Amino acid sequence: MLEPMVRMRGLYKIFGARGKDVLHHVQGGMGKEELLARHGHVLGLNNINVDMQAGEITVVMGLSGSGKSTLIRHLNRLIEPTVGEIIVQGEDVMGLSENGLRKARQEKMSMVFQKFALLPHKTILKNAGMPLSVRGKDEATCDKEATKWLDRVGLSGYENHYPAQLSGGMQQRVGIARALTANTDIMLMDEAFSALDPLIRTDMQNLLLELQKELHKTIIFITHDLDEALKLADHLVILKDGAVVQQGEPQGILLNPCDPYIEDFVSDINRARVLRVRSVMSAVSEADIAGEVDADKSLEDLIKLSDGDTNHIYRVTENGETIGQIDMKDLVRALVPRASSSASIAR
Amino acid sequence: MAFYDGLFNTLGLKGWCGDAASNAPMSMAELLAKSSGKETKGEFFPFPSLDNLNESCSGIIQSRDVTKGIENGFLAAKPGLKAVLDPITQPLSWLLDGALWLFATTPWFIMVPILVAISWFASRSKQVTIFVLASIMLMGLVDHYDVAMQTLSIIFVCTTISVLFGVPIGIAMSKSDRLQKSVVPFLDLLQTLPTFVYLIPLIFLFSVTESKLYGIAIILYAIVPVIRLTDLGIRLVDKDVIEAADAFGMNDHQKLMRVQLPLALPNIMAGVNQTIMMSLAMVVIASLVSAPGLGVNVLRGIRNLELGVGIVAGIGIVLLAVMLDRVSKAALKRVDMTDVKH
Repeated sequence: MLEPMVRMRGLYKIFGARGKDVLHHVQGGMGKEELLARHGHVLGLNNINVDMQAGEITVVMGLSGSGKSTLIRHLNRLIEPTVGEIIVQGEDVMGLSENGLRKARQEKMSMVFQKFALLPHKTILKNAGMPLSVRGKDEATCDKEATKWLDRVGLSGYENHYPAQLSGGMQQRVGIARALTANTDIMLMDEAFSALDPLIRTDMQNLLLELQKELHKTIIFITHDLDEALKLADHLVILKDGAVVQQGEPQGILLNPCDPYIEDFVSDINRARVLRVRSVMSAVSEADIAGEVDADKSLEDLIKLSDGDTNHIYRVTENGETIGQIDMKDLVRALVPRASSSASIAR
Repeated sequence: MAFYDGLFNTLGLKGWCGDAASNAPMSMAELLAKSSGKETKGEFFPFPSLDNLNESCSGIIQSRDVTKGIENGFLAAKPGLKAVLDPITQPLSWLLDGALWLFATTPWFIMVPILVAISWFASRSKQVTIFVLASIMLMGLVDHYDVAMQTLSIIFVCTTISVLFGVPIGIAMSKSDRLQKSVVPFLDLLQTLPTFVYLIPLIFLFSVTESKLYGIAIILYAIVPVIRLTDLGIRLVDKDVIEAADAFGMNDHQKLMRVQLPLALPNIMAGVNQTIMMSLAMVVIASLVSAPGLGVNVLRGIRNLELGVGIVAGIGIVLLAVMLDRVSKAALKRVDMTDVKH
C-alpha cells in the first residue's frame, strides 16, 4: 500500500490553559462533558488516527461541535495540537520551523473557507492570484495563473469585479480558484459549500468532482451534510465529540454502520440514490439473467432499468467484464436501513 | 487654642509637635480678620485639613507646602527634562516655523488653487471642492486669509506628525495586549485632562516664544484618536480573512501590508479625521501660549470685549473645521473598498 499523503496519529487537542495537564484524564477515558465540568477544559480532538490517500477526497463529517473544523486546521497548524503526530507527504508538520511551516502552507496545502474569506479590497483577479504573489511571484505570472483558474471555475469576465459584487456561489468559485492557483497537492476545504443555497451547492459539488477527475488532488473536505459527504467521499470519516466513530469507504459505512449514532445518521438519506450496485451485488452463480448493469450505477438507476420488477436478476459488469450479479430482492432489502438501536430503545 | 490641640495631647505627640506658636505665615483670611480687629473664631468642628492640624501642631506641614513642594520638585526636575526634551522636540519648532513661513509667503493666487486641488484629489467631490473654494474666498474677503493660513499650517504640521507617530503606535498596540493595556490609561488621561492643564507643565519646560510649546500641546491632544482607531481597526479585521492569510502562508509583514492595514483603513481614516478636528480645537486654545492664527482673534474678542472680531474669527474657525471635516470624510468614503456598490 502506498504511503498516505496525510497521516494523523494519536492526535489530541484540548482547548484551555492547561491542556497538557488534563490530557491524561482524556487518555484515561474521560468524556467531553465531564472534562468541561470537572476541569474547565474543552475537548477538541480525541485520539485521531486517520490516513488520507493521495488523489482521494477524504470527507470528514460530523455535527457542529464535533471537532471537524479543528481537525482540518491541524493539518496546516492553524491550530496547534496538544499532542500527536501529523505527517504530510512523509514530513512531520510538527517538526517544522516557522519558516518551514509558512513554506508548507504556501506550497503544499491550500485552503477553501466556509465564509470565502476573500480580500474585499482586491479584485477577483488579484484575489485568485494571491497565493502566488505571497510567494513573491511577479504580477504577470500571478495574473496569468489566476486568469487560467478563474476561467476553469467559470468566472471569466469577472476578473475586475470586487468580491462584494458577486453572489455567494461565485465568491466561493473565486475561493476555489484561489486554492487551485496555489497549485498545491493538498486542498483543505472547510465546509466550503455549507453557506450556499442547495441548488448552487449541487453545482459546486459537481464542479469539484469534475475538477478532481482532471487534477487528482488530495482533498480533505469538511461537511455536516451526509448527502454531500456521500456524494464526494472516497474515504469517509465520521466524528463525534472529537473522536472518530467510524471511517472507511462510504458505501460500507452506509450498509454496515457500527454505531447507533451513525445508524441514526444514515437512516434519513435516500439510499437508492447513494448506494451503488457494486456494494449490494453478490458473487456470480447460476441464474436467469435478465440484463446487464454497470457496477457504478446507483440502485435507483437499476430500479428504473427493471421497471420496478423485483423478480429479475442482473449481471453486474465493469469495463465490459462480469464481476458479479444482483438480485432485485437483495436490492430492495438493502434499501431498508438497519433498525437503529437507539430507536429500538425508544420503543 | 485650636480645635485639635486636645487630640495631639492625648496622642502624646506634644513633644514632637514642638511649640504651638507657629511662625508660619498667616493666611489672607486671618490677616483680614486681624486687621479688622475681630478675633477669628474657628468652626465648631473643623475638617482635619493640613492647615487646621498645623494650627495645633507645627510639626505638620501646611497645604501651601504641598503645592510648593510640587512646584519645587518640578523645577528641580526641569533642567534634566529640558536637556532631554529640548533637542528631541527642536525639529518640531523648525517644522512649525517653516510651515508658517511657507504658508505665509506663498502668494494667495498660488495657495488657493493648491488647496482647491488637494480638496479635489482627496475627495473627488464637486460640492466639497466648491465649498472649500467659497470658504477660503469668503475668509479672504474679510481679511482673515493670513490668519486662517497660519491656523491651517499649524494643523497641517501637527496632524502629519500625529499620524506619523499615531499609526505605528496603534499597530504596535494591536499586536500586543500588554502594550495596549499599558497605553490605554495614558490615552484616557490625555483625553480627559482639561486642555488648559497640559499647558501648565509645558510652559515651565519650554519658553513661550518657542513654537514647539503649542505644537506639543496640540499633538498630545490630537494624537489620541488616531492611535485608538488604528488599534481598533486592526483588531476588528475579519478573523476569517486573517486566517486565510495565514493559511496561504503570509508572513507578518505581508499580513500587515496586504490585509490588516487595507481593511483597517476606513477606521484609521476616521481616526485621522478626528485628529484633524481635535488639533483645530486645540489650536484655538493654544493661542493662549502664543500660537498664531484665528485663535488669537478669538482671544482678542474675549480679552478686549471686541465682539465682532471674536465672532468673525469664530465663524472662520467653523468654516475651516467644516472644510477639513468634509474633505477628510469624503476621502475616507473613497478608500472604503469594503463598501463597494453592487
